[in-house]
Amino acid sequence: MNRDRRAAGAQAVNPDPGARSRAGRWRDQLIAFGWLVLVWNLLWGEFSWGNLVGGLLVAAAVLVFFPLPPVTFVGRLRPWALLVFALHFAGELVTASAHVASIAVRPGYRPRDAIIGVRLRVRSDLNLALTAEVLSLVPGTLIIEVDREAGVLYVHVLDVRGPGDLAASRERVLAVERRIVRAIGSAAELRRVQTDTVEKGP
Amino acid sequence: MLGAIADWLGAACLVGGALLSLAAGIGVLRFPDVLARMHAGTKPQVLGVLLLLVGVALRLRTPADLGMVALVGVFQLATAPVAAQMIGRAAYRTGRVDPDLLDVDELAER
Repeated sequence: MNRDRRAAGAQAVNPDPGARSRAGRWRDQLIAFGWLVLVWNLLWGEFSWGNLVGGLLVAAAVLVFFPLPPVTFVGRLRPWALLVFALHFAGELVTASAHVASIAVRPGYRPRDAIIGVRLRVRSDLNLALTAEVLSLVPGTLIIEVDREAGVLYVHVLDVRGPGDLAASRERVLAVERRIVRAIGSAAELRRVQTDTVEKGP
Repeated sequence: MLGAIADWLGAACLVGGALLSLAAGIGVLRFPDVLARMHAGTKPQVLGVLLLLVGVALRLRTPADLGMVALVGVFQLATAPVAAQMIGRAAYRTGRVDPDLLDVDELAER
């Protein structure tokens, strides 16, 4: 994943360079700066002037000496979709954890596995990374390989009992992507996710 | 009164997290190959650690500790998938995956 991220930086040049992207870059830097200062203060356990100054110095040093490749974020945040995504994630985390735990303690049961490749509909690096991250956090699915050019995630699925389970796993990956795009994607990405497949349910 | 409720909720979270960690340990021991073990090792651990953190936060209830607990949770969620993917990929590329255990392997067809 690390290598892919670095490669992403080399390629992720904004299609419309100019004042707007430069402003976006400054905004991203500012957010990272604020986040680092906050983390520094949380690590010390209290907010004080000393910690604030120390945090400012450390954050500046980190941003100057360890610059990250720019992440092109073209979407916008939708609070309601974000909440739906978070609730779905929490629910899947609980049910899937219970499932994997039950397999682990069931006597004499050997689960069958599968590795499936799922082509995502939105191929931006951010979407690829976020979908992979969420899938890895939910038990039962594990990312083995990422094909950045084709936008394909290779997912290891635990406890496969037949073709039906495979189709369901594929559907689950795409559902995760859809919820992420609904929460943070741009209007164009949203359209691609909505129109590509006809699906039932939310 | 509120403190007692928080204490009991915290205790329940701690027990739940501990049970999930136990299940993860058993899974690591019993699952047949590296990839299946990764599911056990990294997965109930995500919810297990989160439950333990919530339990600790409910017992401690001081702002400084809450900040630290929140940081631990955030970094746990951000780093666990990266580590899992690196290990999974290394296992696959070095041939530590038993093909007999796989129903389908679309990565091999690439």
